[in-house]
Amino acid sequence: MEAINPSSGRKDNLTMIAFTVVVLTAPLWGKLIGADYPDLLQRFAIFGLFAIGFNLLFGLTGYLSFGHAAFLGIGSYTAAWSFKLLSMNPIPAVIFALLLSGLFAAVIGYVSLKRTGIYFAILTLAFAQMSYNLAYSVLTPITNGETGLRVLRDDPRIIDTALGVEIQGPLLGSFFGIEMTGYSGFYFCAVMLIAGFYVALRVFRSPFGMKLAAIKSNQTRMEYTGYNPKPYLLAIFIISGMYAGLAGALMVIVDPLAGAERMQWTVSGEVVLMTILGGVGTLVGPLLGAAIIKYFENIFSAINESVLLATFDFLPEGLQEFMVTIVHPFVGGGWHLTLGILFMSVIIFMPGGIMEGIRHLTDWIRRRKE
Amino acid sequence: MSDSNDNYVLEISGVNKTFGGLKALSGINLKVREGSTHAIIGPNGAGKSTLLNTCIAKLVPDSGSIIFAGRDLTDGMTPHGINQLGVSRVFQTPEIFPELSLLHNVMIPAFAKRDGFFKFNLFEWLRDEKQLEGEAMHYLDNLGLSGSAEVHAGSLSRGDKRRLELAMCLIQHPKLLLLDEPTAGMSRHDTNRTIDLLKEIKEGGMTKIIIEHDMHVVFSLADRISVLAQGAIIAEDEPEAIKGHPRVREAYLGSAEI
Repeated sequence: MEAINPSSGRKDNLTMIAFTVVVLTAPLWGKLIGADYPDLLQRFAIFGLFAIGFNLLFGLTGYLSFGHAAFLGIGSYTAAWSFKLLSMNPIPAVIFALLLSGLFAAVIGYVSLKRTGIYFAILTLAFAQMSYNLAYSVLTPITNGETGLRVLRDDPRIIDTALGVEIQGPLLGSFFGIEMTGYSGFYFCAVMLIAGFYVALRVFRSPFGMKLAAIKSNQTRMEYTGYNPKPYLLAIFIISGMYAGLAGALMVIVDPLAGAERMQWTVSGEVVLMTILGGVGTLVGPLLGAAIIKYFENIFSAINESVLLATFDFLPEGLQEFMVTIVHPFVGGGWHLTLGILFMSVIIFMPGGIMEGIRHLTDWIRRRKE
Repeated sequence: MSDSNDNYVLEISGVNKTFGGLKALSGINLKVREGSTHAIIGPNGAGKSTLLNTCIAKLVPDSGSIIFAGRDLTDGMTPHGINQLGVSRVFQTPEIFPELSLLHNVMIPAFAKRDGFFKFNLFEWLRDEKQLEGEAMHYLDNLGLSGSAEVHAGSLSRGDKRRLELAMCLIQHPKLLLLDEPTAGMSRHDTNRTIDLLKEIKEGGMTKIIIEHDMHVVFSLADRISVLAQGAIIAEDEPEAIKGHPRVREAYLGSAEI
C-alpha cells in the first residue's frame, strides 16, 4: 500500500515527470508495439483514467463498486448535450460531465454506502443497470435510446452561434479550432490523463488517502478513534465517479456519439478487471491494466484466419491447418479467451497484479546485484 | 481530600444490561474522580468489558445513564462523537491498522484529534506534517516502538500491538482513557515499562479506568478499585482496603497472588 510519506516529495516529482514524458511520447514508443495509431492511444488514455479513478475507491477503501459504468455513461451523455446545446469546444463538455457525474455519484454513493462488501457491490450494480435500462427506454428523449445520442448540424450550440463559430466539414469536437480527432484528440485525452494521475497521486499521498487506507484496514478502530468513515467514503466515491464521468466525456469528445451500451454491467466489470490485472491499490497498475486489455482487444481481435494462415505459412500444409485450428479460438472474436487466461494466470500467480510481478522482478535484480 | 478530587469525570448511574436472559450488568453505579486511576477487577465474565463497552456506545445499556463532560453517553452518541469528547479506549484484543506502518497508525488518531471527525481539503497535501510526525515518533519512542516505525503493524507481536494501541490512544491526550487489560500478553519487562508510562501520564492529569487481571499492575496504578462480580459491584474502596475486604477475597482475590 502506497500512502502518505512526507519524505517522498522529490520522488513524487520524478514520478510525475517520468509519467508525463511517457504519456506524451506515446506515439513514438507506440510504434514499437504496433500501437501507434491515435484511436488506440486515445482508448489507452480514456480507460486509463477510468481505471485510475476506480482504483481510488477500490484500491484505497476496498469498496468494490460494480456500477461505475453508470458514471461513464452519464459523462458521455452530458458531453454530447454540451456539444449539442452549448459548443463543440470540449472544455464545457468536460466541466459539465464532471459536475453531473459527481452529482449522480453523490446520490448513488449515499445510498449504496449504507452497506458494505457484497451488498455494496450489488447496490451499485443495481443502480448502474437501472441507469442503463432507463437510458434505453424511458429516457429516450434525452438519450435517443438504441440509436444513441448524436450531434446534429441544426443543434442550437448557443455559445458557438453567439461567437459566430462555424463548424466546417464533419461535426467534431473542436478545441479552439483544433479538431479533436487523431493525434490532437489523443493529446487532449493525454493532458486529462496526466492531470487525473496527478490528482490521484496527491490523494494517495495526503492524510485523506491515509485515512481511507485506515478505513480499509480497520473501520471499527476508525470509529473509536474519532472518525466518521461515511463522509470519507462518500467523498472518494464522488471523486471516483467524476473520473468515470471524465472518461465518458472524453469518449464523446474524440467521437461525438453517446450510446447506452456504455452503461452496461460488462463495462463496470471491465474496469474491475483492468484494476485487478494491473494491481489494486497501486498508482500505475490500473493504467497498465487498462492499456493491456485495450491492446489485447485491438491486436488479438484483429487477427483473422487469413492472418493466421499467413503466419504459419512456413509449416507443412497439414501442420499449418492444425496450428490455425488450435490458435483460432484464441484470436479474432475469441480474444476474450486469451484475456481470460491471462487474467486467471495473473490472479493465481500474482494476486497483486502486474505491479506485484514488477516488484518481484526489481527485488530479484537488486538481490542479484548484491 | 481536596476539593478538586470531588470533581467527577465520569458518572455511571443505574446501568443495566441483559443479553437474552443473562443479566450482564445490574444497577451499576460508579463515579470516577478527575485525574484518578480507577481499576475495575473481577473474575472472567463479571461484566468488566461490557461496562466499558457501554461507555463508548459499543453497547447501549437497557437503562441508566453515563455522564461525561455534561453529556449522557448512552443517549444516541456515536462512537466517534464520544472519542471527540475526549474518551479513548484500548481494547482487549488490540484494534490497530494492520496494513499501515506503525508511524501511520499513530498519526491517524493525531489527525482525528486535530481535524475532527471529518475533514476534506483538496490542498491538505501542501501542509507540512513534520511536527505531527515528530509527535507520533515521540509516542512510539515512549513505548519502545520507534525502531520499527516503518514496519506494518500487522507483523507485530501481541504485546507490541497492545503498546502500539496505547500510543494511538495517548497521542490524542484523552480526558478519559479506558484500558482493557493493557498489559496482557506482555513480558514482565514491558509490563513494568507500561506501568511506569501510565504512572507518568497520571501526573499529567489524565483520568483512567483500567481493567486488569494482573494484581501487580492494579496495585501499582490504582487510586481506587471497584470489584465486579456477576454484573454487580460488590465492593469499592482504596487499594489497601480492598485487599482486606472479605467478600472480595472470597469472590476473586482468594486465588490470585497479591
